[in-house]
Amino acid sequence: MAATRDITSLKQLVLGRKDVQDLIDEEIELPPDLMTINMGPSHPAMHGTVRIVLTVDGETIVKGDVQPGYLHRCFEKESEYATYTQVFPYTDRLNYVSPMLNNVGWAMAVEKLMGLTDQIPKRAEYIRVIVGEISRITDHLTCIGASAMELGAFAVFLFFLKAREWLYELLEKVSGARLTHSYVRIGGVVKDLPEGFCDELSYNLDQVAKVIVEVEGLLNANKIFRDRMAGIGKLTREEAIATGCVGPIARAAGVDYDVRKDYPYSVYPELEFDVPVGTTGDCLDRYLIRMEELKQSMRILRQCIAQIPGGSVMVDDHRVALPPKRDTYNTIESMIRHFKHIVDGIRVPAGEAYTFIEGGNGELGFYVAADGTGRPYKAYVRSPSFVHLSTAEKLITGHFIADVVPIFGMINMIGGECDK
Amino acid sequence: MSQKVLDALKATHGSGVDHTESQFGDDIAWVKREALLDIAIWLKTDPSMLFDAPVFCTAIDRLDWRPVGVPPSQHWNESKPRFEVAYQLRSQKHRHRVRIKIAVAEHDPRCPSLSGVWPAFNWQERETFDMYGIQFENHPDLRRIYMYEEFVGYPLRKDYPKEKRQPLVRRDDLPINPIKAGHQETK
Repeated sequence: MAATRDITSLKQLVLGRKDVQDLIDEEIELPPDLMTINMGPSHPAMHGTVRIVLTVDGETIVKGDVQPGYLHRCFEKESEYATYTQVFPYTDRLNYVSPMLNNVGWAMAVEKLMGLTDQIPKRAEYIRVIVGEISRITDHLTCIGASAMELGAFAVFLFFLKAREWLYELLEKVSGARLTHSYVRIGGVVKDLPEGFCDELSYNLDQVAKVIVEVEGLLNANKIFRDRMAGIGKLTREEAIATGCVGPIARAAGVDYDVRKDYPYSVYPELEFDVPVGTTGDCLDRYLIRMEELKQSMRILRQCIAQIPGGSVMVDDHRVALPPKRDTYNTIESMIRHFKHIVDGIRVPAGEAYTFIEGGNGELGFYVAADGTGRPYKAYVRSPSFVHLSTAEKLITGHFIADVVPIFGMINMIGGECDK
Repeated sequence: MSQKVLDALKATHGSGVDHTESQFGDDIAWVKREALLDIAIWLKTDPSMLFDAPVFCTAIDRLDWRPVGVPPSQHWNESKPRFEVAYQLRSQKHRHRVRIKIAVAEHDPRCPSLSGVWPAFNWQERETFDMYGIQFENHPDLRRIYMYEEFVGYPLRKDYPKEKRQPLVRRDDLPINPIKAGHQETK
């Protein structure tokens, strides 16, 4: 008797329960009704700041209300008050793991409105492709690395971030900034590649290729990784099209759509590359597609290194090109031109156009309406992350809470791009 | 690029199409609000159109539309509809694109929702509603998406001052906090 009382009092002390009867199995079973839990807005396994209100039945998700907007920085409103050139730093902050692609997209949108698309110097186009493809590689490296880390493969994350850092250093040499490059300009790029860049790029690509081989060895046949990825978050081809999915997510579902092939722009028609297409549309396919795209981007880069022509990197058009600094300081005409450029901005004739490129996550478009002044009347960005995130509710429904992590990792939602 | 889409649209839905135009290679069809849903379904299902992939939906506020180098008769004035809603569509099979536009007046900012035809427009219409205050009819879930529910006004309208600040003051009377709603459901 004495012993029983001791245990009872101990339990009261530890658990705060009234008596041992509370510990009967039926009474401590989980409640059978649905439960609402909050995932995010700042959750370590969420790439950006996004909140999901999950309604769960035990461990199974019945409904997931995805709420973006925590990183809304008024890109579109700010753009209406900035000159066309001043928008470039804002675009850097859209998809901040591949800023160069956003730069290129914006520049092409304005060039389309000005009718300059065909006049961009060949070298500038090649440089845009080079920095764009490097950005695509950094984007995919981040996506795969972070997703793998969330599934427990921390080494992969370190390997890929190491590789990403090499490429960031290259882009830093080109533009002067590690992350927010603002390197592309309307009519070309701001300055030529630094000396010896192509050799360095070539060397770094070899190094990155070695890292990719290592990581493939770590992940592709890894039972834990495959079990967490295969069959999770499936999309059929029809669903992927109807929900507006593009890029690696759509291609994993078998949608053969790549802007670089279907609506060729820049110098992509001169370059040889393949577009990988998946079959199952699940997270594993999205991972495999991204891995293959890494290799294709490196293939494009190697061709660019071999083919890049010499010449100017800025279109010779007084409407868009700043006068050379030497003239600005020495002649009154150039100084006035420089002043008008900076204060009034580039005059874009009235009209509207939608321009799209293949961004890291798929079709990245800018819909710009110009009213003849130096500032856009409306600037809308068609951000792939936003569209992909809208499918998240459908993807996670029916899966376990733990499956949210790989699904979100492979959606690769970038807060800056999604929330604008 | 795909003038034939616009021609076919005019031929089959002549009364529902206001006019068509092309700018910088983008084809634009101005559609009457009442005819939008029919045209949308036709565009999606007709074998020669097959616009199965939605691209984006947004709106333009024409309040300050006084473009340089354009005669004043084309500037915006009170007699013209203030907003236009734009839907961009793409065909995976035929590779053509088209932009559908609907003029929406300020005093009656309604537009039929196309989220039933293309699910991707669900969020994009929510975004347009959030930013411009366009009321999409028959939308399953027309909530604000970037802004908080307590936000007053529509930030991308031209008459919303850029410098205006609105601190978030929680209001419990708004029936939108799903966390609360969820708890009430489950108790």
